[in-house]
Formats: sequence, structure tokens, C-alpha cells
Amino acid sequence: MTTTVPTTVKTAAESLVQIEDLYKRFSISGDFLEQIKLRGGKLVREQEHVHAINGVTLDVRKGEALCVVGESGCGKSTVARTVMGLLSPSGGSISYQGKRIDNLSDRQLMPYRRKMQMIFQNPYASLNPRMTIAQTLEEPVRFHNPKVSIAEVRDKVSEVMQSVGIDPTWGKRYAHEFSGGQRQRISIARALAVDPEFIVADEPISALDVSIQAQVLNLMMDAQESRNLTYLFITHDLAVVEHFGTRVAVMYLGSLCELAPTKALFATPRHPYTQALLSAIPRLETGRPAHIKLKGEVPTPVNLPSGCVFHGRCPHANERCKREIPQLIATDEGGQVACHAVEEGRI
Amino acid sequence: MALLEVKNLEVRFGLRSGEVHALRDINFTLERGERLGVVGESGAGKSVLGFSILNLLSRPGYIAGGEILFEGRNLAVMSAKELRSIRGNRISMIFQDPMMTLNPVLTIGQQMVECLLAHRKISGRDAKNIALQKLKQVYIPSPEKRFDQYPHELSGGMRQRIVIAIGLLMDPDIIIADEPTTALDVTIQAEIMDLMLELCERNNVALMLITHDLGVVSQVTQQAMVMYAGRIIEQGPTREIINDAQHPYTQGLMNALPQMAIPGQRLNQIRGSMPPLQKIPDGCAFNPRCEYAMEVCQTQLPDYTSSGGCRVACHLVAKMKLEEAAARQIEEAN
Repeated sequence: MTTTVPTTVKTAAESLVQIEDLYKRFSISGDFLEQIKLRGGKLVREQEHVHAINGVTLDVRKGEALCVVGESGCGKSTVARTVMGLLSPSGGSISYQGKRIDNLSDRQLMPYRRKMQMIFQNPYASLNPRMTIAQTLEEPVRFHNPKVSIAEVRDKVSEVMQSVGIDPTWGKRYAHEFSGGQRQRISIARALAVDPEFIVADEPISALDVSIQAQVLNLMMDAQESRNLTYLFITHDLAVVEHFGTRVAVMYLGSLCELAPTKALFATPRHPYTQALLSAIPRLETGRPAHIKLKGEVPTPVNLPSGCVFHGRCPHANERCKREIPQLIATDEGGQVACHAVEEGRI
Repeated sequence: MALLEVKNLEVRFGLRSGEVHALRDINFTLERGERLGVVGESGAGKSVLGFSILNLLSRPGYIAGGEILFEGRNLAVMSAKELRSIRGNRISMIFQDPMMTLNPVLTIGQQMVECLLAHRKISGRDAKNIALQKLKQVYIPSPEKRFDQYPHELSGGMRQRIVIAIGLLMDPDIIIADEPTTALDVTIQAEIMDLMLELCERNNVALMLITHDLGVVSQVTQQAMVMYAGRIIEQGPTREIINDAQHPYTQGLMNALPQMAIPGQRLNQIRGSMPPLQKIPDGCAFNPRCEYAMEVCQTQLPDYTSSGGCRVACHLVAKMKLEEAAARQIEEAN
């Protein structure tokens, strides 16, 4: 084991965003009248919920790129949206530099909105088709700095356009005149235009072609270096995570399974789900070990399994896993893992 | 005779703004039981190729030239009636999004039985038995129950298995799979790819796998072709292409993958993006993005050069091969 030394040094890094014991439920029972049911001669109110996030605790450290990975429906996008204040949490708290922000009013939230920006998955849907690129980029700058003169706004916009590799003279064009990769650059420019400290990127390259993905990833890495950004990067693409992430958080069915420095996670994944996920990446080289097959399918987040949410598909599950929800424990590699089998030394 | 032989296929789209070439100079063969990967980015023409093999192009697209020989019979000029006996029967197709492929108002069973009864003169009971057997083949748990369920009651991975089961219903000779796992998660993708591999090997079915994912092609196929702007730019044995790509575009595509870079370092990007079909540059379509572009690349469409077991459409590779040959001659003369 040679990987233990460099990773543990970083733990002293300052934390920028803290997510504490976050819960998010969505009601799927419709409005009040639809919830009223007749049961055994009595009127009762029945509500069903999708349990999207169940007690996730994460801290995003200054200057890092924290990647959240998982399969569709695991709650990773919900985490991103809740952190940004686009959804309000059902439980738990979100703090920015030590100040709680999830219970603030819109007005109180304004200064934080400038510091936290978001990049969305689909650049075709996230740009307003009826606004020119210049309008799209000027709007946030003017909104957050109402006293700044028009000339200064334009300077700022042309500066960010240049920094993402879009010719500032194209400002009069509309979004549909650009390719997917260019549109995603414009989305990134829009996020950068207000000089944020923290960027949440929700699958920013999933809709793009391989050669364009590389361009956009490089751009994001350059921006991180030159502007000292912190990323919360949501993705399902593990190859991208391996390249881009400082630390990786693996989610399954709304819970955090494993959180570890990227190198350690890819070298020695501890959680059985992480192991299965990593073994499924299609690699270029031949003769890879056969992937770990999981039995069954992801259970519905409406009725969560008892105990460890992964126990029904886990090859190492025992009685305790069915009963008791595993807590995150520290590993030798500087990460954390929530698994009874790891804790008991069974794997 | 090859099972499928495509010769000089050319597909055009007659648009109001003029004719565009969607496919040019497409030549390849597919043997019985062989697995061929078609790789390219969006707009490369790989899906159009899949569609044109079954002559499924709709206006304004049409086959402007060339032959598609299936067991020696040309699908490009076949009557609609004859085509119907081949489509879904001898050659079947699997699409990207299983929700779009399955009919939402019919049960799984109805769709499968319908397909069987359209092609074979058998009783409904026999059709059901065949359908159930195919569902078992793709490892659908409790097939009798699934048979009466609607597509929306199943998960994405399960739906794609059903689509594969429908593709296998008639024991086809060729399956054309157009991005069959792109809409699925990695763990499900790995399962589906394993399943397709197993089924193709067991039933000796030829597979034409259309995908943008070089990793998937590397794991599943024996032969591969890389497309760019409607043309095959490199084709040959998959391993040779993955390990020793000749065309600068193939190299670039491979080097752009995060797994080829050192973590934390910049990725090797290809500059620019693929041109739209209306604006394909003169000469080699890749020349404005190519770091090795020479003068001849801007004016002359590159011909195919043999390199090992591969065919490559690149002036630079051609030049290098010529120089190698010349050097060898000089050596021999000495």
C-alpha cells in the first residue's frame, strides 16, 4: 500500500459547503383531495413519498472537485439541486462557509446565488432560445451588479466569452446557431460571468460527443485553475470521474455508500456496490476481469428496503444488513464507507 | 459468399437547400456470426447506415447508388413485399430507446405474438410458447407474468431485454443494434452487452453494433469501422484499430478518452467539431481539424490505403506507406 501517504495530508483543507444529514422526499400522491381514501368505512389521508435523499452528509472542500456518481434514480441530481436552493430539503441543513443557507429567504440568498452557480446537462434546454448570447450572458452580470455601467458589463461578458473559447463578436447570435459543444461553453460562460466561487455541474458533458467532451472537460479544468473554483460535479461516467475528481462520493438509492479520494477509490473500492460499478466500465484493453453481476434491480425509492438499502443485491449481505442501516466509517485509504461487511472485516 | 456485402453504397438527402451526401463509398462485408462495430460521433452517418441496410430510409433520404447484397440479393432494389419478408425476420434491428420501440398500449406478449404471426403460419398457442422461450433466453425473471404486462411496468434494462427478445424472435441471421445501451446505466449496459454477446455466439448471429462508445466496441466486436462525415475513414480488425489506430481522427478519438490521459492532466482534445453534412469541406472531410493536414488534404478526397489488416482513408498514411515501400526497394537493391 503506497497510496496512503499523499491523500491523508489534504484533510486539513477548508470546507466550503457542508451538507448535513440531508433528506429530500417528493410526494407522489397528488393534491389534498386525491390523498383522501376510503378505508374500512373511514376517510383517511394517505400519502406516498419518493425518498430521493436519505441522510446524506458531505462536505465540499475549497478548491476541490467533488464528484458524485451513481446510477439513474440514486438522487445525485437531487443533491445538486438541493445544494443550489432549487429544491428545499425535507430535513437536514446546507451551509456555505459555515452559514446555514437552506432556510434563507430569496432576498437573503441573493449574495450566495452570485457565489454559487450551476451548469446543467442539456445545453439545448438550458439556454433561452429567444435571447441572443450577449443578452444571456449580460443578464446575470447586470442582475447581480445593478450599479455597474453597461460598458463594464460588456467588457466582463467579452472577457468570459474569450475565456471559454467563444468569439465575442458572436454575441448577436442565438443559441440555435451554435453546436452542442459551443452551447455548453456558453452555459459555462454564463456561470463564470458573475465570478462564482462554487460551481455545481449536473452531468455537464453527458449530452456531448467524445471529442467535444474532452474540450469541455479541459475548459472546466482550466477555469478551476485560473479562477480558483470549487466544483460539485454530478455524473454517471466513471471514466470522467477518475480523470477529473479530487474525491468521489458514490450514491445508491439516496444514500451515500462510499466517499474516498479518487485514486484510492479506483485502486481499492471498498463498498460492494462501488466494486460492481467500477467493474462495469467498458475498457479499451482486452482481458479485463468479468464484471461483477448484481442480482435483481434497483428497488423503488417509494418503499425503501430496511437496513442497508443495498442488501437485496449485495453478495455479502447477512442478517445484520437487513436490520441495521450502516453508518459511514473511516477507511485506511482516507475515505469513508458505509458497509457492515467492511466494518466487520468480512470483505 | 458473404452473408451481407455492401458495395459502394451512397445515400443522399434531397433537401430544399440542395442535395447532401449522407453516406459515401461505403464498402464492407459481414460474415455469418461475425460482430462488426460501427463507431463515430453524432452526425457521422452511422445510424443512417443502419437504416439504409434495411432500406428503411424515409424521404428526403434515399439510396443514390451501390448495392446491399444479403445472401446475394440486392436489398436496395427489392420490392416492398420482398423486403417485408426480410425485415424483422432475417435481419432485425434494436434501437437506442426501448420505450420508443415498444408499443405502450400493447402488452409485451401481444407485441411478440403479433410479430411471430406476421412472419410464420403458426397457431397463437405456439407463438406464445416461442415468445416465452425467447423471454427466458434473455433472462427475464418470471416470463409468464411479464408476458401480460405493459412496457411502462418494466425498468429500462428489462425493456431493453424485451426488445432484444423481440429481435431474436425469428432467429435472424443479422441483428443491427443502434446504440442499444446508450440510454442505460453502466451496470445495466454491462449486463446487456454480455447478454448480446452470449446470444450472438450461441445462435451464430451476425451483429452490427452501432455506437459512439469505443469501450463497448473494444469489448464486443471483432471487426470495426470508424465513420466521419458520412465516410468510413478506417476499418479493420477491432484489436488492430484500438491498439494501433492509423487515422488521425481515430487516434484523436481514442486519446480524447479520459482513461487514456493522466488523471488531473489536460485531455488531448480534437479541435473544432464535425461539420454538418451541408458543409463538408473539400478534400478530406477531417482536414480542418487535423493536426497533420497537408496541402493535398484540402483538395483531394483521400483513397483507401491498406495498412496491416486495416483500410485507412488518409493522405498521410498513404504517403508514409509509399515512403516505406520506396525505402524497402532501395534496401533490396543494395
